[in-house]
Amino acid sequence: MTALDTAFAATGLVAVVGGLLAVTTRHVVHAALWLVVALLGVAGALLVLGAELVALVLVLVYVGAVVVLVLFALMLTRAPIGPDLEHRAGPWRTAGSAALGAAVAVLLGSVLLPLTGGAVERAEVTSTQVAGQIFGTWVWPFELLSLLLLVALVAALAVSRIPREAAP
Amino acid sequence: MIHLTGPYLLAAALVGLGAFGITVRRNAVLLLVGVELVLSGSLVLLVATQATGGDRWAAGSVLPLFVITIAAAEVVVALAVILTAYRHRARIDLAEPSGEAP
Repeated sequence: MTALDTAFAATGLVAVVGGLLAVTTRHVVHAALWLVVALLGVAGALLVLGAELVALVLVLVYVGAVVVLVLFALMLTRAPIGPDLEHRAGPWRTAGSAALGAAVAVLLGSVLLPLTGGAVERAEVTSTQVAGQIFGTWVWPFELLSLLLLVALVAALAVSRIPREAAP
Repeated sequence: MIHLTGPYLLAAALVGLGAFGITVRRNAVLLLVGVELVLSGSLVLLVATQATGGDRWAAGSVLPLFVITIAAAEVVVALAVILTAYRHRARIDLAEPSGEAP
C-alpha cells in the first residue's frame, strides 16, 4: 500500500457509498444530491490517478450542469418532497435488480482483476499535452462532438415543442 | 507508485451500482442517475489505462472528455423526452403497461 493507494481507497469509498445511496434512497431529491457526492468521489479518484483536467471537467459538467438539469426535471415532474411511495419498486424487482447489479460487478471485476500486475508508476500527462493531442490527433472527433452537441440542442427543442394534440 | 486493483474494483462497483439503479428505478428521471454512475465507471477505467503509461495520443485523458460531453448531450435529449412524455401522460412511471395513456 502506497500513499496513492490509500488516497484512492478513500476517494473510491466516497464514490461507492454515494452511488449506493443514490440508487437506494427513497427521496428523489436526495438521489440527485447523493449523485453529487458520488461524482465528487469519482473526481477525487481521477485526481489521484493523475488526470486533473478530466476531474475538473467532470465536476464542471456533471455536478454543475447535469445534476442541476436532473433537479429541474424532478421539480417539473412534481416530485414529492418526502419519500416517493408512488414509484416504489416491489421486492421481486429489487431482488432481481440487486442480483443483476452484483452479477455485472462480479463479472467486470473477474475480467479486470487478473490484468493487474504490481505497482506501476503513474504517468504524468499534462494539460498542455492533452490540448496538443485534442487539436492534433483527435481534431476530427472533437469537431464531430460540437456537431453532436448542436444536434442534441436542436433535438431537445424540437421534442419539447411537440404539441399536445399530436399525442397518440 | 499505484496499484491498479483499486481503479478496477471501483470501476466494477460503479458499473454494478449503475446497472442496479437502472433496473430498480421506476421514476424515469432517476433512471438517469444509474446511467451517470455507469458512465463514471467507464471514466475511471479509461483514466486507469493512462496511469499505466500504456496509452498513445493522450487517449486516457481525451476519451473521458468525449464521454463526458456525449453524456451531457444524452441527458439533455433524455430529459426533453421525459418532460414531453410527462406533459402528455401526466406520469413517468416506467413500470406502467404501455397503451394506458389517458
